[in-house]
Amino acid sequence: MRGEVIRRVRGGIAALVLVGLVVAPWVVDDYTTSILARTLALALVGVSVALLTGVAGMPTLGQTAPYAAGAYACAVVGSRVSDVGVVQLVVAAAAGALLAALTVPLVVHARGVIVLMITLAIGELVVIVLGRWRSVTGGTDGLAGIPAVRPFWGLPALADDQARYLYALAVVATLVGAVLVLLRTRAGLVLRAGRDDETRLRASGHRVALHLSGAHIAAGAIAGAAGSLLVVAQQYISPADFGFDTSALLLLGVVIGGTASVGGALVGAALVIAVRDWLFGVLPGHAPLVLGALFVATVYLLPTGVNRARGRLRPPGVPALQANPPAAPDQATVAELRR
Amino acid sequence: MIAVAAGTNRIDPYLIPALDGVAYGLLVFVAASGLVVCFGVANILNLAHGLLYAIGGYTAAALLDGGWASLALALAVGVLAAAAAGVLLAGLLTPVATGNHLSQALLTFGVALAGGSLLVAGFGPDNPQVQVPSALEGSVMIAGHRYAAYRLVFIVVAAVLAAALYLVVRRTRAGMLVRAAVDDPEMVACLGVSPARIRAGVLAAAGALAGAAGVLGAPIIGPGTGTADTVLLLSLVVVVLGGLGSMAGTLLAALAIGEIQTLGVALLPSAAPFLLFAAMAAVLAVRARGLAGRWRTA
Repeated sequence: MRGEVIRRVRGGIAALVLVGLVVAPWVVDDYTTSILARTLALALVGVSVALLTGVAGMPTLGQTAPYAAGAYACAVVGSRVSDVGVVQLVVAAAAGALLAALTVPLVVHARGVIVLMITLAIGELVVIVLGRWRSVTGGTDGLAGIPAVRPFWGLPALADDQARYLYALAVVATLVGAVLVLLRTRAGLVLRAGRDDETRLRASGHRVALHLSGAHIAAGAIAGAAGSLLVVAQQYISPADFGFDTSALLLLGVVIGGTASVGGALVGAALVIAVRDWLFGVLPGHAPLVLGALFVATVYLLPTGVNRARGRLRPPGVPALQANPPAAPDQATVAELRR
Repeated sequence: MIAVAAGTNRIDPYLIPALDGVAYGLLVFVAASGLVVCFGVANILNLAHGLLYAIGGYTAAALLDGGWASLALALAVGVLAAAAAGVLLAGLLTPVATGNHLSQALLTFGVALAGGSLLVAGFGPDNPQVQVPSALEGSVMIAGHRYAAYRLVFIVVAAVLAAALYLVVRRTRAGMLVRAAVDDPEMVACLGVSPARIRAGVLAAAGALAGAAGVLGAPIIGPGTGTADTVLLLSLVVVVLGGLGSMAGTLLAALAIGEIQTLGVALLPSAAPFLLFAAMAAVLAVRARGLAGRWRTA
């Protein structure tokens, strides 16, 4: 009964937020609208981070890699091949998925903090490649002058910030909806079960590595699609958009949002990115210092972190020294799966 | 005769890059060994490790004036400052010591962000010049090539440092405790050694190593706004390639990275952007299964 009420309230809030997002471009000025469009793209990357970190149990600092792959693929296709949004979106998602598929062998056997380390290295290496592969990426100058996108064949090009923002909003809403539906299927259940008790899932005949690879590639495709939205939103890209600080900010946003919650990831990532943009606006020069202090403060204020993903707090007194916390195996998920 | 001459000619242009690679690799080894210890013992992904190196680098830039005394002073100050920063980091980590790795990594990232900003505020946004001792400013002849004397001396010093590190970890009581804490932290706690003290000690040692690398390596990877990121990335790649925790593996990986960054770029300039990536992918793909067991228990 209480769960039902909470679900209704949550649905109501989500609907209100969505309505607010739709009317936002008529309320705020053009500059804020373009910032909002970019924030939407980053929030979508945040969703892919939550998918890996919270749902699949693979904490990642490297989702900027498929994000960058998608953005650059979209920029190249957009300026040389087609200005149709659907084409660009598919190409960008495919590029992100391809990069994720290539890096699967590096991450799929690792767990916990090791995944953080490997994904961070992958993300940084991608930024280095972007900075040096001048013939395709334009080096550290980036790619500019990407023509305006038209959402579908025969539709007019998106000429102003409001139209671009609404396009980004529509894409994000569709993809987030798809992720939410996907997480309700068996695939989502298996992923969560693998996060909670991998040994048991393996023993019951599931190929955990295969599921994790699938999740990794799907998250890569989502991040790639988000890259395409970034290109639409700001019409130029450079390696600075995909730095290590972006990964860390998104991870912080996802942790604030409750790690495994898709809605939480959207809100958390958007919040963190908004705070960063605001800080760099009001405190030029000292923004990193304040941002770093906020990071530390936020970590202190978030005692639950990953454990909230399981909908329960860690029982007091259980130490978590191991890299792979064995605490609280969610046997309900595994039992539910067996039915 | 002609074949022999052609052979030496073919090797000849790559001698200097290869030697540079050794210097670079040893520098990365000293920097990365701090991260290995930190990761292996305290189980913390220290994203502020590059900051510790940058502290050493800025100290060198500020204190070095061309004399030997200034080098000794810079080394002492740099090592102490970076070790103090490590202890400070350990103190900041104490409240979340029993928490999860995600929040610990995020906390160290916050410290790196704030610390980097403070360094830029203190030393200015430009990359400062580093003055090596005037006795080492010239160059020496190696097989008919001129080579910077400082780099040659650096290779020797870093090799000595690496050997000393190996002996400390293998032979001393502190080293034994460190290795024991990697294998079984609870047992070490039962022996009466406080985990908090081990964490502080380990982060101080990691800071000291990074600080020493920062001072001595300032003429090779100089201090600047991007230094912390560069060193952190190189150290991470080395730690991952080296198989986490094994000193010999770390050394081999560091030397390989050094050669890739110098000799590899000289041999295959067109593929230069991808070499580091390809090396990591190749090694990990080949060794993934072997490493998996160790990673799960790590």
